[in-house]
Amino acid sequence: MSVFAPRTDLRDEPATTATGVPSHADRSAGDRRRRGGRRIGSHAFLVILAIYFVIPIWWLVVAATKNTSGLFGSPAFWFDDHFALFENIAGLFTHQGGIYWRWLGNSFLYAFAGGLGATALAILAGYGFAKYRFRGRGAVFTVILGSVMVPLTALVIPTFMLLSQYGIINTPWAVILPSLLSPFGVYLMRVYTQDAVPDEMLEAARIDGAGELRTFFQVALPLLKPAIVTVLLLSVVGTWNNFFLPLAVLTDPQLLPVTVGLNRWTALSNAGAGGEQVWNLITSGAFVSVLPLILSFLFLQRYWQGGLSIGSIK
Amino acid sequence: MTMQTTLPAQPAPAAPARGNRPSGGSSLERRRQRWGWLFVTPFLVVFALFLVFPLFYAFGMSLFTSTLATGTRFTGAENYVKAFTDPLFLEGLLRVAAYAIVMIPVQLIVATAAALVLDTLATRLAKASRLLIFAPYAIPVVIGALMWSFLYSPRFGPSATLFDVVGLPSPDFLAADTVFGSLVNVVTWQWSGYYMVVIYAALRSIDPAIYEAARIDGANGWQTALRIKVPLISSSMVMAITFALIGTLQFFTEPVVLRNIAQGAIDAAYTPNMYAYSLAFSYSQFNYASAIAFSLGILVFAGSYVFLFLTRKQSGLK
Repeated sequence: MSVFAPRTDLRDEPATTATGVPSHADRSAGDRRRRGGRRIGSHAFLVILAIYFVIPIWWLVVAATKNTSGLFGSPAFWFDDHFALFENIAGLFTHQGGIYWRWLGNSFLYAFAGGLGATALAILAGYGFAKYRFRGRGAVFTVILGSVMVPLTALVIPTFMLLSQYGIINTPWAVILPSLLSPFGVYLMRVYTQDAVPDEMLEAARIDGAGELRTFFQVALPLLKPAIVTVLLLSVVGTWNNFFLPLAVLTDPQLLPVTVGLNRWTALSNAGAGGEQVWNLITSGAFVSVLPLILSFLFLQRYWQGGLSIGSIK
Repeated sequence: MTMQTTLPAQPAPAAPARGNRPSGGSSLERRRQRWGWLFVTPFLVVFALFLVFPLFYAFGMSLFTSTLATGTRFTGAENYVKAFTDPLFLEGLLRVAAYAIVMIPVQLIVATAAALVLDTLATRLAKASRLLIFAPYAIPVVIGALMWSFLYSPRFGPSATLFDVVGLPSPDFLAADTVFGSLVNVVTWQWSGYYMVVIYAALRSIDPAIYEAARIDGANGWQTALRIKVPLISSSMVMAITFALIGTLQFFTEPVVLRNIAQGAIDAAYTPNMYAYSLAFSYSQFNYASAIAFSLGILVFAGSYVFLFLTRKQSGLK
């Protein structure tokens, strides 16, 4: 039963533990003298790994500052003499009427509308499953849990056909509505709610005369914050990343998210003649588009580092 | 997964209500029941509209065939017979299975090794490495694949320069026999950091007293890592493998993006998902595409279910 019990100390820095047992930091400090040699080896291993994972990102940073001739002609991992980042960004504003910013805006809209909606539904459902005992609860939850294993891409083509019957293909809704589905979010919220919200507290609120909604909003919701941030992050990232669904349900260039848009530019640049080759806009556009998520992960570190493991920790 | 977490959900028949629930107030009990349904209904509506309904719809579509000559007619299992004798679909299935067999262990080994090393260090360098290894997760899959396709490209890529230095001809990363490895590399780069964070968090939740006991018994660092830590985090690893498995069998985005510059090595039916997409959107064969999508869905579901069943001991999902 303990396998899927969530951590309740999600917001703690990983180096400390809520139970007050000696933290890992103390432990490794104690070992320092004896393990000097291995520590150098371990650090070298980590540095090599980090270089592997960072090199393509470094390449993107460098490439965003080059114009097309610089991309072809200068060393891939170092800056060209000519610093063209601002020209490139200006180019993003003028190429095809600045459609790039439209794409970026669409990505934000889809990710936040889809992510916030999916999170709200998951919180409500997770709370309902964890704290109310209604007939059919076990069966319904089993079905939801099983659906985590249904590959969502298998649903794209039927979803496309359904949405086109209702005439909402090629509208923002065609991306946002299917993105509201997050069975895994419901599962995470349920597991977390079960442990983090004591029944006694809800009972006490009810005895004090609070209605069910008020009990939920004022007693339960504040306790669920770490899990809410995690589910929100996962579903925003999921929608922001989504490629297959928008590729299938959107054809109007004005509605594309930035992922599909940049892929379209790449396909055109590979196939097309000089005028359609916008390599410098692809690299600088890719660079600008990854900044928001990288920055949010950096600032939300203390949430996701513990939170990503809800539901999988022993 | 299923049985484990639903056990507490089913009220024990012998004790239908807990002691503190008012047993006489059946109207109160009914109101609670109604509130439970109210909380879960919004999700269930979305679940029904965008998961259950499309699944049934796809299944329904797959039972028909429509041609210009004959119109749409019921053909039963014909599309499924066609699918499972269609070399393009079968090759795609074998290919994603091969990707799963290679890619998942590579990712998990990288992630676990990094997490185990990080777990023994508390330095700033280790903390920074953890962030950097995770960083690719924050980059959309499409953008990651685009970046790698630039790096693989003989025109922009650094490999020509790098191999010139050692005096060797640069390998072609996008040839028919190398593209497999190139794609494995893209996926490993994109996802290992995420699995590392999950496994690392699991390692952090182990009680350090266990290591103390192991050290007193004379275990060295390797033994502690492999004999104590790895078995204790096996449930997290099973979760990570399950997600990697579901993701790999649906392989779509990376090969589609790399296909921009490697049309010779990656065809339109490279993976089952790509095949279904091109059947639907290039050839308008929606019925057959539904059969392919539905078959893939069932196979992925069955595959992950079997995997979870086989590993129920490791994951604790008895």
